[in-house]
Order: sequence, then C-alpha cells, then structure tokens
Amino acid sequence: MGVTLLYFASLREAVGLSREDIPLEAGSTVSALVESLRGRGKAWNDALAPGKSWRVAVNQQMASLATPVRPGDEVAFFPPVTGG
Amino acid sequence: MAATVRVQEADFDTGRELDAMTRGRTDVGAQASFAGLVRASSEGDEVKAMTLEHYPAMTARALEDICAQAAAKWKLIDTLVIHRVGRLVPGDRIVLVGVTSAHRGEAFAACEFIMDFLKTRAPFWKREETPQGTRWVEARSSDDEAAARWKAG
Repeated sequence: MGVTLLYFASLREAVGLSREDIPLEAGSTVSALVESLRGRGKAWNDALAPGKSWRVAVNQQMASLATPVRPGDEVAFFPPVTGG
Repeated sequence: MAATVRVQEADFDTGRELDAMTRGRTDVGAQASFAGLVRASSEGDEVKAMTLEHYPAMTARALEDICAQAAAKWKLIDTLVIHRVGRLVPGDRIVLVGVTSAHRGEAFAACEFIMDFLKTRAPFWKREETPQGTRWVEARSSDDEAAARWKAG
C-alpha cells in the first residue's frame, strides 16, 4: 500500500499532474518524499525548491517537512492559499 | 458552541443567513459579520472574472478547525462561514463570516480572527482573468502578518 499524492493550483500546473499513487518506504517523512519528487526533473525540482513558497498537508491537515508519512496517507502539495 | 461551514458554488443571501443565526434566540447580544466580494481591479489590472479552486477533502475541515480555535479563544454562541468556489465575476460575493456572542468585543475579534486564519490556512486558490491573460493570485505577506498577530496576543 502506497500513498496518494495530490497537487493543486499553480503547483499542479507546474508539475503537470493533479493526482498519483506511489509506493512508499517504511518510516518515511514529508522531507524524504519531497526529496524523491525533486529528483524527477527540473519542473519538480523548481516547483518544490527549498526556497520556494509551497505548503503541504498530510491527511487534510497542514503539515511540515518533519511530518511522518505512512502507507494509506494522502499528501497534498500546493502554493500558499489565497481564499477569502 | 455551534459552527456552520458551507463551501458551495451557489450564491447566498447575506441577510437571510445572518438572520437565521439569531432568530428565536434571546441570548445573543452581538453579531459581527464580514463579507468578501470580487473586485474589478487587481494589481492595477482589470479583472473580468476569477475562478476559485479548492481542496474539497480538506476545505470544510480546515474551516471547522478555524471556527473551533475562535470558540476556544472567545466566548461565542455561534459561528458561520460560507465560502464560494468556481467562477465568479466582479461584484459577486465570495465569502461570509458571521459570529454571535453575548457582547460585541468577542464577536468583533472572533470575526476578524476567522478571516485572518481563513486567508492563510484554508485551501482555496484564486485564478484571475485579466485582459493580459489568466494568472494565479499570489499570497500576500500582509495576510501572514495579520494571522501571526493573534499568536502574540
């Protein structure tokens, strides 16, 4: 069982993907996940660059790089929110 | 405390929504509200329309969490948040926040708190249509500062 990744708004357009399911190594974190996504190529590396402003949610709750990611989790990446 | 959160494409009737929060009650001494609307200009450009995207599985939960935080901070009777998604044009309503309490201080403060946190925590994104093309609205650092000041207090 892996994890579901979701991408929203400008970040979705930058990576050209809105949703995918990927396998996951045990004991993973958001940080490890982001590291592997950055390795996919320039668009990914740019969209999820360390200095770039992006947010992450794990199971629909705001998360950070240190947040654990477990099989079955839903991890969403998106730009800073602009509602209201 | 009760809390109502709705995320919808349809418009809403501000007066009716706010009246429903107080109808038949005698404990409400104060009601504060905020309404956000689509402006026809942004960053000096004409805005013809905007489309609001959201993260459906997370949106209602994030808004409920913000209302719960407000209820933990102030003595409130009820909170209401209605936020629209989809394509909107200038003049359209985007968001309504209503707060009832016994006294005005709590209602004013909680209403502002909910909006400040909605602006920085609720997963909505605006895309504007301008004569130069469409563009995603950039988050403002002033919104982060507005939310951060509640932690200092």
